[in-house]
Amino acid sequence: MTPAPRRDERSEAEPPGVPGFGTWRRVYLFVFGWFVLVVILLTVLTEIFS
Amino acid sequence: MNAADWVVLLGTIVGIAAYGAWRTRHVRSLNTYLRGSTSAGWGTIGLSVMATQASAITFLSIPGQGFESGIGFVQNYFGLPLALIIVCAVFLPMYRRLNVYTAYEFLGQRFDEKTRLLGAGLFLLQRGLAAGVTIYAPAIIISTVLGWPLDLVIVFTGLLVIVYTVTGGSEAVALTHKWQMAVISAGMVTAMVVLLLRLPDGLGFTGAAHVAGALGKLQAVDFSLDPSRRYTVWTGVFGGLFLSLSYFGTDQSQVQRYIGGASLREGRLGLMFNAVLKIPMQFVILVLGALLFVFYQFAPHPVFFNQAEWRRHAQDGRFRAIEAEHASAVAQSQSAIRAWLQARAADDTAREARARAAMVAASHRTHAIRAEAKAALMAADPRAKTKDSDYVFITFILTQLPHGAVGLLVAVMFAAALSSKASELAALGTTTTIDFWRHFRPLAAADEARNVRVARRFTALWGIFAVAFALFAGFAENLIEAINILGSIFYGVLLGLFLVAFFLRRVGGSAVFFAAVTAQALVIVMYFSLNIGYLWYNLIGCTACIALSVALQAVLPPRAGAGVSRRG
Repeated sequence: MTPAPRRDERSEAEPPGVPGFGTWRRVYLFVFGWFVLVVILLTVLTEIFS
Repeated sequence: MNAADWVVLLGTIVGIAAYGAWRTRHVRSLNTYLRGSTSAGWGTIGLSVMATQASAITFLSIPGQGFESGIGFVQNYFGLPLALIIVCAVFLPMYRRLNVYTAYEFLGQRFDEKTRLLGAGLFLLQRGLAAGVTIYAPAIIISTVLGWPLDLVIVFTGLLVIVYTVTGGSEAVALTHKWQMAVISAGMVTAMVVLLLRLPDGLGFTGAAHVAGALGKLQAVDFSLDPSRRYTVWTGVFGGLFLSLSYFGTDQSQVQRYIGGASLREGRLGLMFNAVLKIPMQFVILVLGALLFVFYQFAPHPVFFNQAEWRRHAQDGRFRAIEAEHASAVAQSQSAIRAWLQARAADDTAREARARAAMVAASHRTHAIRAEAKAALMAADPRAKTKDSDYVFITFILTQLPHGAVGLLVAVMFAAALSSKASELAALGTTTTIDFWRHFRPLAAADEARNVRVARRFTALWGIFAVAFALFAGFAENLIEAINILGSIFYGVLLGLFLVAFFLRRVGGSAVFFAAVTAQALVIVMYFSLNIGYLWYNLIGCTACIALSVALQAVLPPRAGAGVSRRG
């Protein structure tokens, strides 16, 4: 049978364990910020080389 | 390819497969077989997710895309980081909390068994039919260029992946993914370094980038709202978000990569690893293609890169005339580029503008001659394959790289083919075992050893089916597009099922089941009666499934109990 649900999964409250990121929300914000930065850099590249 | 290339190719590809099979030969636990090692860290998960998505076509076609149309294709990936954040925050915690082997088990727990079977069935139908293509598509290119028998390439890659995937299941898949990604990374870095070294003296990376930019190959983003434009920021963000959410959130071949591992944290970090790296990685591969375009402005190259196809049809004087015209146009283009670079260096604005106009005109002429060559091929044989951009990078590899590196780059193509294929087979075997076999054999579910044996057999059967389908596929035309259409027809409804499950807690099993069946029928009817771009069926299927679920739930009796809640 499919294993029973993991009751001991502390998980969702578990911190990311990445220096500088206390919560998952901060990790997601960082990734979103990185995405925005990448789009900005690609826009700049397009302007420079067009 | 010489002996050194063969040693590198077979050493890496067969070596990794043998290592994966040998290391995981003692896997007896169903959990390990289906979900991989329980101690896998975020690096292993992240690389496995990346390797699953990166098929051989990624490394054959995307440089060709950069060569042909520039790097604007990178926008297609803009929705991916956003989708992965949603998968991390919503999908993954639920899958882990319920401790499921497949994404479709979640549908069973949230709704009912018929909805689970529907979701699993849609996945098997779509992914099962696509299974042959992931072997066939790279095999046809590799066999054409290297002159190897197509059937041999298909059978070799198919058997290799079947051996280690059947032996070690998900653990072998994740283990081999790490090494396959190492081969892919080493190969692509080698290709980029050789390409930069082969650029004409004095041009360098910056000069090449300026030439590529002036010839329209470095337009990475387009904010246009014109719906006729294929790649824009908006289609990338919205369309890409939708497609990535379907793929990463509901496709078992991806779900299986991150559902296991040591903890929820490892799975989340593995996905975030991909969210951060995917766009830069695709950007580098596209830039490689744009630089190939610049390289071939200075190096002799065929008018049509699929030389086997060209030689098959180019028999008369008209083709010789096109070849001569192309050689002349390339020489003119080269002179025009050099004149523009000299004007730029002299900082003479008026001269630079004139030289730039001449350079762009020369480039357009070369492009027009390539189009004329394709038209001549079509006139000679309407069934001729006229898309040659997939052959640009492999032509560069075979003609410009030193021996040893050629073997490494061919190994990149095989590693990518095997990595995506292995995930696919493991997912098909797992879904067939867990969602179908165990459903109809509930008493056998407690016998772990039997479950592992059955999962191995189903994985092997799907592998044999994929190889047989790929062997047969040689007779079909436009097969890859047909499979993409098939995916678009089924993916939308599948995503709709999951979005209802996660976000519309009032909707019950019967409402969503009949809504999904109706939405699927609607999409199929629309496909056969309307003439719209097939990617739209993803959106139509998903929207119809959600809207019909809500409407049906309004007229059906309220669901009893909350079932699986997002907060547990």
